[in-house]
Amino acid sequence: MMTETVDLSLYAKPESAGTLGMDVAVEGIACGACIARIEGAVKSLPGVTDARVNYTNRRLHVAWRESEFEPSQILRTLQDNGYRGHPFVAQRAEQEEAAEARRLTRCLAVAGFAAMNIMLLSVSVWSGNVTDITPETRDFFHWASALIALPGAAYAGRPFFSSAWQALRARTLNMNVPISLGVILALTMSVVETANHAENAYYDSAIMLLFFLLVGRTLDHAMRRRTRAVAGNLAALRADTAHRFAGDELVNVPAAALKAGDRVLVRPGERVPADGDVINGASEIDDSLITGETARRKVAAGAKVYAGSLNYSGALTMRVTAAGGASLLDDIERLLEKAASAKSRTRRLADRAAAIYAPVVHLTAALTLVGWWLYGATLHDAVITAIAVLIITCPCALALAIPAVQVVASGALFKRGVILNSGDAIERLAEVDTVIFDKTGTLTLPEPRVVNAANIDPAVAQVAARLALSSRHPLAVALAREALSRAPFDNAVEEPGQGVRALIDGAEARLGSAAFCGVVQPVVAEPGLSHIFFRHGALACSFAISQRLRPDAVQAVQALRNLGLDLRILSGDRAAAVAPVAEALGIPNWIGELNPAQKIAHIDALKAQGRRVLMVGDGLNDAPALAAAHVSLSPISAADVTQAQADAVFLGERLAPVYDSVAIARRARGLMMQNLWLAAIYNAIAVPVAIAGLVTPLIAALAMSGSSVLVTLNALRAANKNSTLAEGDPS
Amino acid sequence: MNVLIYLLPMALGLGLLGLFGFMWALKSGQYNDVEGAALRVLSDDDLPQK
Repeated sequence: MMTETVDLSLYAKPESAGTLGMDVAVEGIACGACIARIEGAVKSLPGVTDARVNYTNRRLHVAWRESEFEPSQILRTLQDNGYRGHPFVAQRAEQEEAAEARRLTRCLAVAGFAAMNIMLLSVSVWSGNVTDITPETRDFFHWASALIALPGAAYAGRPFFSSAWQALRARTLNMNVPISLGVILALTMSVVETANHAENAYYDSAIMLLFFLLVGRTLDHAMRRRTRAVAGNLAALRADTAHRFAGDELVNVPAAALKAGDRVLVRPGERVPADGDVINGASEIDDSLITGETARRKVAAGAKVYAGSLNYSGALTMRVTAAGGASLLDDIERLLEKAASAKSRTRRLADRAAAIYAPVVHLTAALTLVGWWLYGATLHDAVITAIAVLIITCPCALALAIPAVQVVASGALFKRGVILNSGDAIERLAEVDTVIFDKTGTLTLPEPRVVNAANIDPAVAQVAARLALSSRHPLAVALAREALSRAPFDNAVEEPGQGVRALIDGAEARLGSAAFCGVVQPVVAEPGLSHIFFRHGALACSFAISQRLRPDAVQAVQALRNLGLDLRILSGDRAAAVAPVAEALGIPNWIGELNPAQKIAHIDALKAQGRRVLMVGDGLNDAPALAAAHVSLSPISAADVTQAQADAVFLGERLAPVYDSVAIARRARGLMMQNLWLAAIYNAIAVPVAIAGLVTPLIAALAMSGSSVLVTLNALRAANKNSTLAEGDPS
Repeated sequence: MNVLIYLLPMALGLGLLGLFGFMWALKSGQYNDVEGAALRVLSDDDLPQK
């Protein structure tokens, strides 16, 4: 008899001397009481030195003394308390974002401190200037401001200065160049003016500018950090365990720990954990996540199997050739590389605005300088006026205009189950005019469902579905999804390879193959449609199981069409399987039996016509097409490689997130343009005043904060609920 | 106005104290789980057992 243990050493990381630590994503944390219950239960395990729940991220961190504790106990303890734990290692991107967010928060704190204190001094000077402040007191206040502002700006301005420096070295202009220039010039001028005992200095403008900009960036990062954490948890939830042979014994290891050459057992109903060759056993494999093909493939010793395929009927022993799906089908890898390198870098709206804006501002300032000088002003006065122009035009509103909308829009998308992978995906989503869907797992649900429920007595169906809870066969699992009661029959017995039987209400009930149930097997004409049979006493029936459309697919597709989008289906599945789906959704433009290269060719042809394509797909065969498209979405059930290519991932069974993404993105882009115009109008009013030499620090402060608040308030409208498909369960 | 010579540095010093307090709180991870902190305050595990 084989015994099984779980080996989690991959996830344990050494911490302080003699202790190991592990992070676990926990499903089911819903309230404050969960924190105390989980921490209490895990801390009481012998050898555990610390357990702390992070409620925001739904994670648990555990530390224990090395060699005194078996980490798999953590998962068991969680399970005993009604939670499911999934160990994981934080991804690099997530750690880097967390570090960046902390850095921005520190800068924000310094800028806030400096802005408050300088404003305190500035208000005193402004009110003193119209009453009775002595020049000595004013100079003292100005020097005190300089003492706060110079170190404060040097610290808080680093995110802008370093980015501007990088842009300049690459001989381009981004938004940070005019910001940095404005801040540095304003501070320099203020110090010179203070030394000359002038009435006005611009310390407050420079620091307030930094403060407002840092607020925008910090919010942006907080949002991104949160989505990353959720994405990390979901990845941990999906991580499969594999049964690896250690000699003759089976050890459960995370699929990520597999290495080439390992021997692995794949039981019926499990996903293949890595790419490899079958060395023993025979079964049917569902490759739909790899190729989009819904008909099952027969495999035996010598056949190649790929990570993500679902094993249907028999146990397989396989030898791993590449762990974690690292060896893709060769042509997919080649196509991916080509598509990624051909992807034209679409320039972000903010950078485009900066490219127009920065030269205009710098030119205006230069002309002001020359103009005043020629007009007969002293060089000193001309320079002061020119710098005032730079300060007043400093793109406070402009730099907030786009990030503020992005934060609000990505928050709205997050609430609707769409997790953005790339920051500028919103802008690209808004430009889309053509949507291409994959069929299997995208328009249809990733798992097969019962499709003939209408023809079967619901009471009989419920008995069969409850019986199906006792089996791991994929067809039974599909049937079990229909069960309203999640309690299996306690006397159910599974006959390997045949079905389950149980004594129900005094009569034997059987669920499984036709022969097992004593039913005559009907002639199955449709590939992709499978039957599971049920007999209860004299009553017999069969359940047809097949891919089914997502519950709201018809409404979502109609809503997308109403947006004026051209919809198409490109599938790797047989034409016979695609046609009914296309017909049900009313999409006349569909093609089946496409390989990945042909999908890319279609997208390229559309691009050549000037179309902006949104590709929605989940299979490994879609990954190159996702990379080639203007912007891409994939469901959370997609293959890992495919998700990595997608600009955004959506959760749940509904297709509405695709519509929501486009609708919210369009609204967000509209608001971005509005904000840019607001910033332009603000400049149109403020710049002539500045050129005329009439700007005082008070006016600059009012104009700057006023325009920033205005664009931020406008950005909040991106979360408007009306722009999304109505909630509600259509199924 | 000589009193300003003392008052201004004192005001700044207090502000700086607050700033360093925030930096310390940030560094020691007190902002890592703001939602959890709001719930932990409700748990009774610090009360003496009856």
